[in-house]
Amino acid sequence: MTDLAALQVPGPIHEPLNAPFWEGVEAGVLRIQRCGACGASVFYPRPICPRCWSDALRWVEARGTGRLKSYSEIFKPGHPGWSPATPYLVGLVELTEGPVLMSHILAAGNAVAIGDALTFAPTDIGGRILPCFAKAGSETGREV
Amino acid sequence: MRHLSPRAAISGIGELKPQRRTDGVATMDLLMRVSAEAMADAEIGPEEVDGLLVAPQVGETPQHVPATVAEYFGMQPEMSNLVDLGGASGPGMIWRAAAAIAAGQCETVLCVIGNHRNPTPPRSPNRNPAREFDTPFGASGANTSYALLMQAHMAAHGCTAEDYAQIAAGSRANAQLNPMAIFFGQPAGVEEILASPMVASPLHLLEIVMPVAGADAVIVTTMERAARAPHKPVYLLGAGEKITHRAVSQAPDLTSGPLRPAMARALSQAGIAAADIDFLSFYDCYTIMVATTIEDAGLCAPGGFAAWLRDNGGMGPGARQPINTHGGQLGFGQPDLAGGMTHVVEAVRQIRGGTEGRQIEGCDTALVTGNGATMSEAVALVLGGTP
Ligand SMILES: [Zn+2]
Repeated sequence: MTDLAALQVPGPIHEPLNAPFWEGVEAGVLRIQRCGACGASVFYPRPICPRCWSDALRWVEARGTGRLKSYSEIFKPGHPGWSPATPYLVGLVELTEGPVLMSHILAAGNAVAIGDALTFAPTDIGGRILPCFAKAGSETGREV
Repeated sequence: MRHLSPRAAISGIGELKPQRRTDGVATMDLLMRVSAEAMADAEIGPEEVDGLLVAPQVGETPQHVPATVAEYFGMQPEMSNLVDLGGASGPGMIWRAAAAIAAGQCETVLCVIGNHRNPTPPRSPNRNPAREFDTPFGASGANTSYALLMQAHMAAHGCTAEDYAQIAAGSRANAQLNPMAIFFGQPAGVEEILASPMVASPLHLLEIVMPVAGADAVIVTTMERAARAPHKPVYLLGAGEKITHRAVSQAPDLTSGPLRPAMARALSQAGIAAADIDFLSFYDCYTIMVATTIEDAGLCAPGGFAAWLRDNGGMGPGARQPINTHGGQLGFGQPDLAGGMTHVVEAVRQIRGGTEGRQIEGCDTALVTGNGATMSEAVALVLGGTP
């Protein structure tokens, strides 16, 4: 498998609002926001709840589990820095709490199917710890 | 029965031949040339244009776009705006032009859109959630988003790779009837399409549009002025628009999109059913987009697009309901944001009649769609030759 840590690829652009999310990932914790007024689970981070518009959002620890909503094996990446890693998997992860996020899936292209159970697997990509996911029960991930 | 009577019509069109590169040519040059063509087609001079709608000029003019284009054109419009709906921008301009005319703010609107093509385009300056939460995972670009939509559609309905590839093959076949198309002289069958390199599974290279330089322009004017124009007026009979999200991860549904309500509204305003439309001018950045649009139009049940296409007799001018006779963007080429306007221009040609080599017999109505970002920005228009 490619050394993801050695890739020369663009990382996240940090904004103050998102700091608790990225600090959590660095520490091996997946955080999302929850609305104290309407109960919505929110991702990506917002200043105000996008469902009820109250400003009662607070950070909570997510379970770190989800299911694969869709995926694609990338042969020709949108950014050339990803070329050494091809083919690799990206997927939409529907967290158990509800929100969906794009992620890097630590599995071979022929080893996944829509609906697969996934677990949070923070991984060094290009020198930064990112919230990747692996198939539940697999040994991949947790390479921090 | 029509819910609304038309208040505006299309009196002029212009379209530049797609090119793979345009070194040393500014987008503004292309916009001016294609606008001259549309005004000549309508037999009007620039002094008659009192409305101007433009699209984002990628990388070249980040702000004050309408004023920059108006000044370059020597125009002082009384209504002007920037329509920023990705591939839906072109169709989005048409109903906005008609609305401005109906509001009495102007009488003749030039809708123009185009781009030059530099062989090494600058990387996206995006600084929004898609950039922060998609790009770092190696998931940047439209190919990834549409691959995810296609994978979900395939899994939900059990459609095969051949099912989607027939859309690319049908588009290439139509391009053989249009000498302007980038793939004129280069047909491709289902086998060749499926043998092309996998870009992002399940999307093959030939299921993706070829980026080209190009431009399109459309003149929208009052019913009275359109009646005096040299060509048969093409009326705006209905329009619908819907925006649901930006990043594919935030899509409320992966297998059906905002075109579903947008088309329903446009068809309802026009008082016509999708199955009774003479020409389907469907936005086709990828094969999956046409598949989803056929289903969202209600022409068949979800997952039934491939069987429907076979019953339809393919996509050519002789099909029961012809689709994308100019070749679609899959066969014609995608001149960036102008790609969406090529579907408007072809619909106008077909309704006027006499389109050389590909005229649909008795074509009086067209359903035109535009689609932007990740199946997230949608505009649908019903155009017709009978007011
Ligand atoms: Zn709330």
